[in-house]
Amino acid sequence: MGEHDHSDMGGAGHGSFAWVTFESVVVLALLGAAIGYALALWASRGRRPWPVSRTVMWYLGLGCVGAALVGPLATAAHTSFTAHMVGHLLLGMVGPLLLVLAAPVTVALRALPAPAARSLTRFLRTPVVRVLTHPVVAAGLNIGGLWVLYTTDLYLRMHSSTLIYALVHAHIFLAGYLFTVSIVGVDPAPHRASMRMRSAVLIVFVAVHSILAKRLYAHPPAGTTIADGEVGAQVMYYGGDVVDVIMIVLLFAGHYAATRPRAAALAGHA
Amino acid sequence: MSGGETDTNPATTARVGPDRRTIWSGFLFGCGIAASMIDLFIFHLGLQWHHFYDRSTPEVALTTDGFFHAFGWFITIWGLFLLADIRRRGAVVWSRWTGAVIVGVGFFQLFDGIVDHKILRIHQIRYDVDLLPYDAIWIGSALVILLIGLVILWRTRPAPVSP
Repeated sequence: MGEHDHSDMGGAGHGSFAWVTFESVVVLALLGAAIGYALALWASRGRRPWPVSRTVMWYLGLGCVGAALVGPLATAAHTSFTAHMVGHLLLGMVGPLLLVLAAPVTVALRALPAPAARSLTRFLRTPVVRVLTHPVVAAGLNIGGLWVLYTTDLYLRMHSSTLIYALVHAHIFLAGYLFTVSIVGVDPAPHRASMRMRSAVLIVFVAVHSILAKRLYAHPPAGTTIADGEVGAQVMYYGGDVVDVIMIVLLFAGHYAATRPRAAALAGHA
Repeated sequence: MSGGETDTNPATTARVGPDRRTIWSGFLFGCGIAASMIDLFIFHLGLQWHHFYDRSTPEVALTTDGFFHAFGWFITIWGLFLLADIRRRGAVVWSRWTGAVIVGVGFFQLFDGIVDHKILRIHQIRYDVDLLPYDAIWIGSALVILLIGLVILWRTRPAPVSP
């Protein structure tokens, strides 16, 4: 028992060429992101000091993404639905939230020379970015992708093809990042949606996420044992809740700061 | 915090808005903690009477439950931020807020007991037992909580503004 896990996966097993390529790309991308942030901070050292908390969140976020994609948890996720779900929470929710709160675009804008910074803001104003960071689109990409992954045979196929595995995981991360940006982004966003729109989308997202978790509890993906499916579904439900509650708090905290009454209104009968 | 004793102030009329917002804040928070915390911590994790998902739940009820779940957390946090906003604009009348929280808890428990348990049948209070006493106690206690909250709100109502 147990040996069949990797040996009959047609090139997707641990140590296969495709798998080593995937892991190398992930490690290089994470290293690039880690060095890039540090270089940007160094280049902007003459400016107002950058909050340490944001820097810490960047590296914690990269750590979450790394833990989900390479190492023991990623290996366990091939055979255990529960491990897969822990990895999914790190890759699609916790990691993106930490990375978004690290404000990488702001860091880049501080570091880049003016012409390059202008190109970056011009890029952020393009229709493509505008559409992709709209809460409805980003939430649809995020939860729609999960729905397809867990209710079709994609979950099973993902474990027999490194390419599909890589695409699915890239989607989980990118959709998670876009969704987090669209709801509680701290970087400059020329097209930030209204509070009402972001609230409505977040409520629908939390609802559908919890519905999907309960469905998985009763109908785990093919190839998953009942017990593994039950634990994995509860990890998705309660783990998702923790991140969702943090996002609701951040959404209101941003609104609270933005609607601060002017000094005159507070002074009373002054 | 100079707004504590402003009742005799000409600015009293300006308190009508804050009073309504205080009640909203308490009501949202009360409904929210009843929906997301009392159920989770007492009945799921504490007594373990509620199942995570009892598998007999119809699709419509499962969907409705998901939305109640999302709204529960949302209004809990909304209520608290509303309270923080009232505080930074003036004094909070805590007795009013507390009364509204109790009304919110009672209202949600009543709603849960009638709509969720009996009409939609999302889940039951407890399984493999005679449900009648449980339902009676649930709905009865919800009514008592709701009444206590309403009495507090009535007794702490602001004095009418004399012309």
